[in-house]
Amino acid sequence: MKLAFTLSIKNIFGAKLRTFLNVFVLSFSFVVIIGLKGVMDGWDDQARRDSINWQFGQGQLIHEDYDPLDSFTILDGKGLIPENISGLTPILVHQASIYPQGRMLGATIKGIDLSQKSVLLPTKALINSKYNYPVIIGKRMAESSKLSIGDEVLIRWRDKNGTYDANRITVVDIFDSNVPAIDSGQIWMSIETLWQITGLNNQASFFIADKNYKHKPINFWKFNSQEELLKPISDLVAQKNGSQSVIYFLLLTIALLAIFDTQVLSVFRRQSEIGTYIALGMTRQKVIGIFTFEGSLYSVLALILATIYGFPLLAWFADVGFAVPPADQKMGIPIADTIFPIFGLKLVFGTIFLVLFASTVVSFLPTRKISKLDPILALKGKKQ
Amino acid sequence: MKLTLKIILGFFVSVNLFSQNKTFPTATSVIKKIDFNMLSKSQIINSEMIVYGKRKSRTIRSRGYSEGLNKNFTEYLYPEREKGTKMLRLQDRLWIYSPSTDRIIQLSGHLLRQSLMGSDLSYEDMMEERKLSEIYNATIVGEEKIEDRDVWKMELTALVDDINYFKRILWVDKQRYVPLKEDLFAKSGELLKRISFYNYKKTDGRWYPRKMNYRDMLKNGKGTDFIVNEIKFNVSIPDQYFLKSTLKE
Repeated sequence: MKLAFTLSIKNIFGAKLRTFLNVFVLSFSFVVIIGLKGVMDGWDDQARRDSINWQFGQGQLIHEDYDPLDSFTILDGKGLIPENISGLTPILVHQASIYPQGRMLGATIKGIDLSQKSVLLPTKALINSKYNYPVIIGKRMAESSKLSIGDEVLIRWRDKNGTYDANRITVVDIFDSNVPAIDSGQIWMSIETLWQITGLNNQASFFIADKNYKHKPINFWKFNSQEELLKPISDLVAQKNGSQSVIYFLLLTIALLAIFDTQVLSVFRRQSEIGTYIALGMTRQKVIGIFTFEGSLYSVLALILATIYGFPLLAWFADVGFAVPPADQKMGIPIADTIFPIFGLKLVFGTIFLVLFASTVVSFLPTRKISKLDPILALKGKKQ
Repeated sequence: MKLTLKIILGFFVSVNLFSQNKTFPTATSVIKKIDFNMLSKSQIINSEMIVYGKRKSRTIRSRGYSEGLNKNFTEYLYPEREKGTKMLRLQDRLWIYSPSTDRIIQLSGHLLRQSLMGSDLSYEDMMEERKLSEIYNATIVGEEKIEDRDVWKMELTALVDDINYFKRILWVDKQRYVPLKEDLFAKSGELLKRISFYNYKKTDGRWYPRKMNYRDMLKNGKGTDFIVNEIKFNVSIPDQYFLKSTLKE
């Protein structure tokens, strides 16, 4: 083993530029794979955290006829608030149109219990307001409707019988959330005000659970746990991760191809050396071992090089984050202005293992030829 | 003496009643006459809708067939982009066929509140065709003049719960019993829509406007003109026009 190590080091450092190129390309793959995967993990973490804090709480109790992703269900997807429930914040969803600056915009009014603590929505701003119909909106809604704090806007809705009603609402706060589902096209007001203006007294479309909620089955209502609600986000990130695998594959392929070529060249050019090893009594397997070890040493050196320049680079990246273009933030998925990558142990060691394993396999494949070499011809310097 | 007094009193009462009948008919009888003019057993209508936008206007031509208050079939003829689009309303259900997708979709819920082809009319506005006399309580609140015509100003308040507009104000032509202007209000009293009626012509014994302007009063803009090019009342329309399967033909 010691002999193999000494020989490998000598051969690798003897190759100079070829070794440097191999090691650099492989180290680049290390850094890029860890960097990209770190961004995805960071996004997953941020999206889950924001969704829990702003939208899902500890889970949601949803009326069986209401589907948050289907606006057709808003009309019928509500029911009377069940009796004797605790740890739940009721939310009633109702459709409306607003008319900022003489334009018509479709909107969803969401009535919420103002004393809630399940999510970070700043509902306290609505308590004791001097306005008749105070509301809060998100930054996206404020941008699309061009509304600011203190602005009054006309809103039109239908009551429980379908009769049009209209009045002026006042924006008392604009919240900054990364979750478009509680922001885009949404207007938040007191649930009691919404009951009063629609006649849908004591009704709710869904509830957000807080930490005190303990679920017991309730007729007409179904409970979605936090994990169930977060699944679409995890699935989306996993899908994005999958599509990024193409980049990882290409980078690794380029790096491994370089190692493969180097190994093929070594076996071809160093046949006299191989013949000498065998003539001196080494088994073919041992010679294959020396060459394979030499090839896999590239990945170890790449790991060292990647640590030298990659560690400070990725640490800086984790600090400043990855700025998300504004267009991507309007896609309807929870995504922050800046994603801060997370480089977990699983990610780092997983990538190291993957690259070490792949480079070892790639190093081994060309050396199989050694087992078929005739040592006499090899010693004579005849190429086989 | 008593008999003379009764005769004189009777004379004045009858004169007063007669004069009231001449100038102020009951509001209910007025809206019944409006219903007679504006609604019919069946009608075929060739129309044009001009939607005024910020920069330019669009013209949409269509032919509509309706029977009673619950059946309506409309086929769009122009522009090329809308040509072949068909719409069928049966009771409170509405289907639209689009030739570009070759699909029939049913509109319900909030989609019915969307604008009809970008106009100031919503699908729901088009769907409400109940008789005014059945769903509103009317009172005559005054007399005015609109474009040199004497009109009664009437206030209509909802009699039923399931109604789009809680209150309407109508300016009704005293001679023809047709509205010249109509304001539609929300429950809060906010003015939501204004319909102006122009160019009334008599066809088959009823006065019908040849041009209407619908304007969403909460939005900026000139609204939407609805121009009637040709109308036939009480004609026989084959049942097949009101079948869902006809939409794809």
